[in-house]
Amino acid sequence: MRRVLAALRDAAAPALRAGLGALAAAWLLATPVLAAVSDPAEMLRDPAQEERARVIGRELRCMVCQNQSIEDSDAELARDLRRIVREQVSAGRSNTDIMGYLHDRYGDFVLLRPPVKPETYLLWGTPVIALGLGLAMIVAMRRRRAANPAPQPDLSAAERARLRSIEDGSGT
Amino acid sequence: MSEASVPRPSRRRLLLLAPLAAAAAAGAGFYAMLRGLSTGSYDPKGVPSALIGKPVPDFTLPPLEGADLPALSAADLRGGERPVLVNFFASWCVPCVIEHPMLMRLAKQGVPVFGVAYKDKPADALGFLRKHGTPYAKLAADQPGRVAIDWGLYGVPESYLIDRQGIIRWRWAGPLTEDTLTQELLPLLKRTA
Amino acid sequence: MIPELGHFALALALALSFAQVGLGLYGAQRAEARLMAATAPVAAGILIAVGAAFLCLVWSFLSNDTTVANVVQNSHSAKPWLYKISGTWASHEGSMILWVLILALCGGAVAGFGSNLPSALQARVLAVLALIAAGFLGFILATSNPFDRVWPPPADGQGLNPILQDPGLAFHPPLLYLGYVGFAVTYAFAIAALIEGRVDAAWGRWVRPWALAAWSFLTLGIALGSWWAYYELGWGGYWFWDPVENASLLPWLAGCALLHSAIVVEKREALKTWTVFLALLAFGMSLLGTFLVRSGVLTSVHAFANDPERGVFILALLGIFIGGGFLLFAWRAAALTPTGVFAPLSREGALVLNNLLLCSIAAVVLVGTLYPMFADLMLKEKISVGPPFFNTATLPLAAPLIGAMGFGPMLPWKRARIFPAVQRLWWAALLALGGFLLCLALEGYRIGPALGFAAALWAIGAALADVADRIALFSRPRAAWSRARGLPRAAWGGALAHAGLGVMILGLAGMGLATDRLALLKPGEATTLAGLEYRLTGIRTVPGPNWTARRATLEVRDGDRLVTVLEPDKRSFTVNRMTTSEAAIHTTWVSDLYAVLGEERDGGAVIRLHHNPLAPWIWLGGAIMALGGGLSLSDRRVRVSAPSAKVARAGARA
Repeated sequence: MRRVLAALRDAAAPALRAGLGALAAAWLLATPVLAAVSDPAEMLRDPAQEERARVIGRELRCMVCQNQSIEDSDAELARDLRRIVREQVSAGRSNTDIMGYLHDRYGDFVLLRPPVKPETYLLWGTPVIALGLGLAMIVAMRRRRAANPAPQPDLSAAERARLRSIEDGSGT
Repeated sequence: MSEASVPRPSRRRLLLLAPLAAAAAAGAGFYAMLRGLSTGSYDPKGVPSALIGKPVPDFTLPPLEGADLPALSAADLRGGERPVLVNFFASWCVPCVIEHPMLMRLAKQGVPVFGVAYKDKPADALGFLRKHGTPYAKLAADQPGRVAIDWGLYGVPESYLIDRQGIIRWRWAGPLTEDTLTQELLPLLKRTA
Repeated sequence: MIPELGHFALALALALSFAQVGLGLYGAQRAEARLMAATAPVAAGILIAVGAAFLCLVWSFLSNDTTVANVVQNSHSAKPWLYKISGTWASHEGSMILWVLILALCGGAVAGFGSNLPSALQARVLAVLALIAAGFLGFILATSNPFDRVWPPPADGQGLNPILQDPGLAFHPPLLYLGYVGFAVTYAFAIAALIEGRVDAAWGRWVRPWALAAWSFLTLGIALGSWWAYYELGWGGYWFWDPVENASLLPWLAGCALLHSAIVVEKREALKTWTVFLALLAFGMSLLGTFLVRSGVLTSVHAFANDPERGVFILALLGIFIGGGFLLFAWRAAALTPTGVFAPLSREGALVLNNLLLCSIAAVVLVGTLYPMFADLMLKEKISVGPPFFNTATLPLAAPLIGAMGFGPMLPWKRARIFPAVQRLWWAALLALGGFLLCLALEGYRIGPALGFAAALWAIGAALADVADRIALFSRPRAAWSRARGLPRAAWGGALAHAGLGVMILGLAGMGLATDRLALLKPGEATTLAGLEYRLTGIRTVPGPNWTARRATLEVRDGDRLVTVLEPDKRSFTVNRMTTSEAAIHTTWVSDLYAVLGEERDGGAVIRLHHNPLAPWIWLGGAIMALGGGLSLSDRRVRVSAPSAKVARAGARA
């Protein structure tokens, strides 16, 4: 897996891009995802502690992978971070402390759940904003309809009769 | 259209313009990203260091066995006379080979370069240095890779510029190139010296 | 020679597309019957030309023509023939050809089956489709020609990324593109409606089958991709909220909203402006996905090779199609006269709620996907928006959606009372509550899965109640059979799709109870998971067509009874020197037994075992949803021709 780190660095260096032509032409640059089987020895004995470590691990991004948590990756760095999480879990540190430990070292980028702060208000506010705007639109639409009664749909009588005959049997 | 249509409030007009405005804003953003991709100012892969402007983490590392160079600890980076470049490398890392001449050049210019062999067997690291030269004034080994995590390292090579107060001023993830040196590192060295 | 023919066919298709744009738009504007009549044959011509180009590329792959750069980069003579064919669309260039081929197929279908459309509408729709085709053909010819030659030819190709050599992934892109490109047709209908300034029940009736077809294919494509990730990537995950997955979810959500709001247009002539907007949005989201995947502005496991130059070209196309569409919308949509007032509590009220929630979910997914990029660009902040965010932010919107989904079909049009619906749904609610309590009782305090089971049972129960009510199963059981036969297929389809979502949620809830075990086993040793014993009997080397594998044999026993033998592989591909792990999966439909072979060491091997309750139901649910869409599509009513008097009117109106 060390090679993977190196390969990713290769990809990051524009000077080396050309050399990776063959790999880059493939659809998926999927090298890091392939190995997800890891070492049984790294798991904690106590199932409750192991479960807690996993919950924490799923919140932490594998820095060298793409959008994977450290629990989902067998990259060397992800292994190291998993080990750190487990050591701290068995040392009895709280979830916040453990995530804070990694946040101090790797910054916001390591958190798969972005912290709530002015820069992310818009992100976290999206569900409420979208619902609110939608509701406002619906209310405005209903008011407008109430203010301007519906004009007659511009279908001729024959068209409407025909439409009705088609809709027959629709049971609804 | 329908004669029945009454003058609509302009708010509806604005609402109908909203999708266009949103799409235009997004389009402008995407264009800026594409421009940034070719000039290098926008890089979806790059991750900044969380330690910039902070003192170097506490650490003590053993020397690289057989290198006959002094080891490295946080104390060596605090209160020095000149800014220092700390470079994490490994013999198994291909880009490290590519950046090595840059490190050699910096060392020749008198910039103190300290090395940390990351997750490397001492014999391999020594072989690497024998083949490509040793730019390092101090050289430590971080075989478990734990100190590297305290530095926020996520791959090799990575280089950190530490000022005289022991504050991390700059971090470069990936191989140092001619451009990095002339455009970023050397001006910074001048300013922090 | 063959590649040059393909290249020529692409150029021909481009020329024909440009001709079609002029023919269709000018002909419809001038009401020139002869010009409009020519659009259908030209659409057929475009289809033939693009089809020929596609076949030329397939031929180059099948014959392993190493003078073609695309073949060299994506194929190898030792590859099985299925993957030689699927290699055609595994690369960026080839997949663009497939994309345009499907677009040409849609054009051909509109030309062939659209004889009942007003001729001006048909001509305009074909012109808009041709404009899209012209844009992408131009893109292919200018930046991504798959027929580029290399000289001297290398001895053989470099092979295809091994994890793409899989039957699931061979069919994933075509299905996905059928969905994306299908929304091009609803987009074209929306543009034509905006030009004509007229949206009516008939328009809703024409648009709905296309929305249904596109949505059904997209559902299948996404489900297939998710299933592939589950069995191929080897850690039992099925959805990762990866930007590229989100890019396929966005048109799905918009399309889902569209096919519901089109019902309101059809039945009540309301929500016209909104429906037109959704039609523009659904295709806009498809194009956005294309841009995100191919331009390099984001990183994803699924992203193609990145090239900012291509990105600028696609962005320009996006500007023309999305920007142009929304510009036309801002200019013309005010002319669409809204009609029909409706009460909040009515079928149309429920459909509005459905649209509100679906679009809010889409907004969350869109903002979450783009936020890291824009935060980086504008705030210089590097943040990650991952599964924890998406789960937290979409769940509160999805829960009321599923709740309302049960009531919607029970409410009559125009004005409804809640009590009759409650009366017919109380047992579905009871079922959901029962599932919730049963899960808590059996599995301990696991609130997530318990809520999932409740939601799933509610959705399935409500769909059953809907059908039972329509065929009067309880009130007049004797007539039920004949009523069931008389029930329109659209009603069956709707209920089936809703039940399919319930089945999918059942699978998701089951996966919430998944357990796993990681063990280092020597041959003869065993471990247990979920009450079953897994014994490693041996590991051997197995040769394959273009790989060699290490294959472990695991006997799974329930007490003394042999349940199954699992044989996970670790395959080394000789050409690209890559390894993949092939999980061994035994499904009982109640659960999946899933085994992956890891590192071999100390005379044994690391084996990862997963016990995934109800896992197959996730994709089964997706398939049922798509089937429901297909059943609705086959309804006589959606295919029935509209009043022919409209033909002349629509033409004159333009």
